[in-house]
Amino acid sequence: MNSLFLAAGLGVQTWTYIIVGITFTLYIGIAIWSRAGSTKEFYVAGGGVSPLANGMATAADWMSAASFISMAGIISFAGYDGAVYLMGWTGGYVLLALLLAPYLRKFGKFTVPDFIGDRYYSNTARFVGVFCALIVSFTYVAGQMRGVGLVFSRFLEVDINTGVIIGMIIVLFYAVLGGMKGITYTQVAQYCVLIFAFMVPAIFISIQMTGNPIPQLGFGSTLADGSGTYLLDKLDGLSADLGFAEYTEGSKSMIDVFAITLALMVGTAGLPHVIVRFFTVKRVKDARKSAGLALLLIALLYTAAPAVSVFARTNLIETVSNQPYASMPEWFQKWETTGLIVFDDKNNDGIIQYLADPIKNELVVDNDIMVLANPEIAQLPDWVIALVAAGALAAALSTAAGLLLVISSSVSHDLIKKMINPNISEKGELIAARLAATVAVCVAGWFGINPPGFVAATVALAFGLAAASFFPAIILGIFYKKMNKEGAIAGMIVGILSMLFYMLKFKFDWFGGGGKDDWWFGISPEGFGTVAMIINFIVSIVIMKFTPEPPQEVQDIVENIRIPSGAGEATGH
Amino acid sequence: MSKSKAKAYWKENIRYLFILLTIWFVVSFGAGILLKDTLNTIRMGGFKLGFWFAQQGSIYVFVVLIFVYVRLMNKLDKKYGYDE
Repeated sequence: MNSLFLAAGLGVQTWTYIIVGITFTLYIGIAIWSRAGSTKEFYVAGGGVSPLANGMATAADWMSAASFISMAGIISFAGYDGAVYLMGWTGGYVLLALLLAPYLRKFGKFTVPDFIGDRYYSNTARFVGVFCALIVSFTYVAGQMRGVGLVFSRFLEVDINTGVIIGMIIVLFYAVLGGMKGITYTQVAQYCVLIFAFMVPAIFISIQMTGNPIPQLGFGSTLADGSGTYLLDKLDGLSADLGFAEYTEGSKSMIDVFAITLALMVGTAGLPHVIVRFFTVKRVKDARKSAGLALLLIALLYTAAPAVSVFARTNLIETVSNQPYASMPEWFQKWETTGLIVFDDKNNDGIIQYLADPIKNELVVDNDIMVLANPEIAQLPDWVIALVAAGALAAALSTAAGLLLVISSSVSHDLIKKMINPNISEKGELIAARLAATVAVCVAGWFGINPPGFVAATVALAFGLAAASFFPAIILGIFYKKMNKEGAIAGMIVGILSMLFYMLKFKFDWFGGGGKDDWWFGISPEGFGTVAMIINFIVSIVIMKFTPEPPQEVQDIVENIRIPSGAGEATGH
Repeated sequence: MSKSKAKAYWKENIRYLFILLTIWFVVSFGAGILLKDTLNTIRMGGFKLGFWFAQQGSIYVFVVLIFVYVRLMNKLDKKYGYDE
């Protein structure tokens, strides 16, 4: 009891140093223990990862700073509409498990462009694949580095740039040294850290507000104050009083919710850093199973997130709405200094008016702080707050590492080995892979320190691009034997270009720009990946009808990948 | 012989995919989006049913779907002698 009391007095910052220090030591230790000695270990961890380890690694790889830090916050402000992320980022795994993973594992190569290049018997197709993989991955990784910087600056109170550099060094260390093997086993540890860090505060707050220890049930329960009111009804009421849409109703149009959800699902299934994880298991059977395990482990966080959103939103409104500014707790001022909470006392009454009406509203709260500030708002112990910081770092670092590997293998394997210098030695290829990873970390770090204003906007672009390019090409490659290179290449190019055009037009005001009313079919740029994907499918099939069939040996490959046995080991040759 | 066996296996596989993906579509796009307003008139504890499907139910079904698929395919692999 005595030591517990002492521990409670350490303060958030000391606790953060301790917990983050322990987890970082763990990651580095694992990296040294699992160094990669061959290209096969570097690209696919030797191909002998167990389904459970691969499931955990996939879950950590997938759940980025966006899932851990931003998602619950976004849902908090979007209410029902937040379902697009919840369903979109989980439903994609059903597509992945049923339509892609088993067949790509049977195909047995190192990278996604490998599949595209071999299945469509063309280096042009391979090059288009490399190009898409690089764009998607760079877009994504810049956002992760930003997340690392944010956590460091708030919790360890170091400069945001120093934070990014520390993060770069850690990732560099285990991604460059360990390759896929090092990354896989570090990600297993990172999954444990991040899920623990997400669930502990969620459970604490769920008990506090509803008396139910399971957050997934808690947010559908009655309040713990004995009033008998359901939490969601209370939040609907609070939201309506302040002029916001009812929490459980949302405000996006149905067609847009539909399109965004589908684009995120298909984009998820087409992301190269997720697909490549299924090359690391032994058998086709294991690929299916580990997709299921990955989704189960992801679902743990994804079903708790909407509960956290409801708790955080209710707590926030109750803490700030119509309260005097002078009586705000300490966390309020701390976040104000980071610029993520902005209070502007428009009517000079010293009281915070938090309203939907932008003219009268005096408080702006950034999405990103809801998860990070939530334990403080709920007045949880300091060590829980520190744990959240460590969890956010685990989420950002694990995803960054997975993406860096895709970037480095695209360069060393797909570009150098397969296109520029096929005679490169195993050793040379490994050096090239490590060099490419190093350059990629530096570029990502540069984006983290000098974030282009479009990072947030381009995350949707990453999904849209994956949906518009890889997904149709891979699906047709597996399920449509007669699909030929002309069709696939034309489809990918037209798909990507239409996605880019729509994003540039409506997000960046190119080509005359336009607002919400000009959207085609009322679909936002985030949801346009769905349309671009359909365009890709149509173009591919039409072009195929007018061009020669693929050679017999390619059709034989397709027949072969449909049969699960004899997958052998992943090879680069 | 082995060619017709592979064909039969593939046909059964496609049938499974069709059934499972129909369920995938119905719980997420159906219950969670298209029929949301109708389902919201039904309540389950504190949850409106359409809202629950969109933010909870569909995710649970996704997980179950993959494990059902794993089971079905393992059986199918055995039936055709493709297991290892």
